[in-house]
Amino acid sequence: MKFKILKNENKFNFLTLNKKLVVAIAILSLYACSSVKEYQKSKINDAEMVLTSKKTEKFENTFQLYREASSGANGGKTGGGCGCN
Amino acid sequence: MKKRIITAACLAFLFAHQSKAQNDSVYNNYKKQKLKIEEINFISSYYTQNGDNSAVTGGEGTEKLTDIATNFEVILSKKDKRNNIHSLDINVGIDSYTSASSDKIDPSSVTSASYQDIRIYPSANYSYANEEKKTVYNGGLSFSAEYDYFSIGANVGFTKTSKDNNREFSVRGMAFFDTWKVILPIELRNNPSNNDARNNDSKPRNSYNLGLTLSQVVNKNFQVALLADIGYQEGLLATKFNRVYFEDLSVRSEKLPSTRFKIPVGIRGNYYLNDKIVLRTFYRYYYDNWNINSHTVSFEPSYKLTEFSSIAIPYRFYHQSQAKYFDAKNQHQLTNEYYTSDYDLSKFSSNMIGLDYHIVDSNKGIFNIKRIHSLDLRYGYYSRNDGLSSHIITLALQFK
Repeated sequence: MKFKILKNENKFNFLTLNKKLVVAIAILSLYACSSVKEYQKSKINDAEMVLTSKKTEKFENTFQLYREASSGANGGKTGGGCGCN
Repeated sequence: MKKRIITAACLAFLFAHQSKAQNDSVYNNYKKQKLKIEEINFISSYYTQNGDNSAVTGGEGTEKLTDIATNFEVILSKKDKRNNIHSLDINVGIDSYTSASSDKIDPSSVTSASYQDIRIYPSANYSYANEEKKTVYNGGLSFSAEYDYFSIGANVGFTKTSKDNNREFSVRGMAFFDTWKVILPIELRNNPSNNDARNNDSKPRNSYNLGLTLSQVVNKNFQVALLADIGYQEGLLATKFNRVYFEDLSVRSEKLPSTRFKIPVGIRGNYYLNDKIVLRTFYRYYYDNWNINSHTVSFEPSYKLTEFSSIAIPYRFYHQSQAKYFDAKNQHQLTNEYYTSDYDLSKFSSNMIGLDYHIVDSNKGIFNIKRIHSLDLRYGYYSRNDGLSSHIITLALQFK
């Protein structure tokens, strides 16, 4: 029984550590970026590389907002209108 | 010493005067610009769904619905004396839908195959970009109107870009002030099941949102964005024409808390694999105080067919836990304070797969029409493990 409790505690600590590690890596990766000059940005400026939803995803995001309980953090609609059908 | 001071003062005066003269010359040479049309976007989609868990009939019954949505957007801009850019984005959207389940609010009033309604939603957004300071300020208003619902929205935002244009931070606040007319199921109109709303009452629903985005160019091929959208809602959050059947077979209209707090956080990463393939990825974690947790993962490899056209296969996986107020038909207990049998709030997983085609030609134009700068066509098939499925096809044209 004692062994089981210890095992669960270890699992919990591991999960907490894992989350912290992901956040730390995400923040550190932003500071570990190399400085890219304007003339080196031909690929970054490609239309497919844009960091927002595509225009054709507009209505997809809206129906997903209505059919699912989650919303936000995807550039889509976050409020206004009932979506009750 | 005195001479040196006098000389320095003279030079400083001359330099300042010359600099002012140059600035004046720049301003005098500036010709007042009119607002010019930057682009016009036309987007239209056809959406159809089917399922057997309609919330109107208590979690059982057809969810058949079709929606034709059209959006027309005009973006105008002009540069001022200091080369700052002023932009105005005017948008008008119209949805026309038919919903079989909405017929069941009052089955005796059915006059056609299904209930029909139109939603109109105009909006206008203004932005001011200071090229020198690398800042953008923006604000806007939006409206949405349909038969039983009216919404007014306002938003303000600020964006700051780093000197090397590799990092960008933006913050955006939004507020929606909605009013909706309560429509109860026919059998409950003279005998409301709870006292939070009566038939034909007007009830508010307000939503507040704070969006934060940090984007970063990692290297020549890779860039990421961290996103957060903290949301708070208050007012009538239940849909009062949704029925809920209890274990004693009695029926009431849906009842949900009057507040909801939401925290979605996401990360988007786009990678230019080679001259032919671009990978677009997205992950979102969502939590709210109705005990809903969800994970969204999407992956979209895009393949360049030619210099001007590409094809992509978008895939999206979604999983959510159920709201603590959800239960299936005839499962709710009479002692429950809040209750719903809306399967959009149940536990489920969904998959979506599609096909996306993009073509751009600024020289000849699309179909040899010079004004049409680009064309996008996108199809998606959505399937939920509770039986709901849908198809959506979207066409987008950009005129310049």
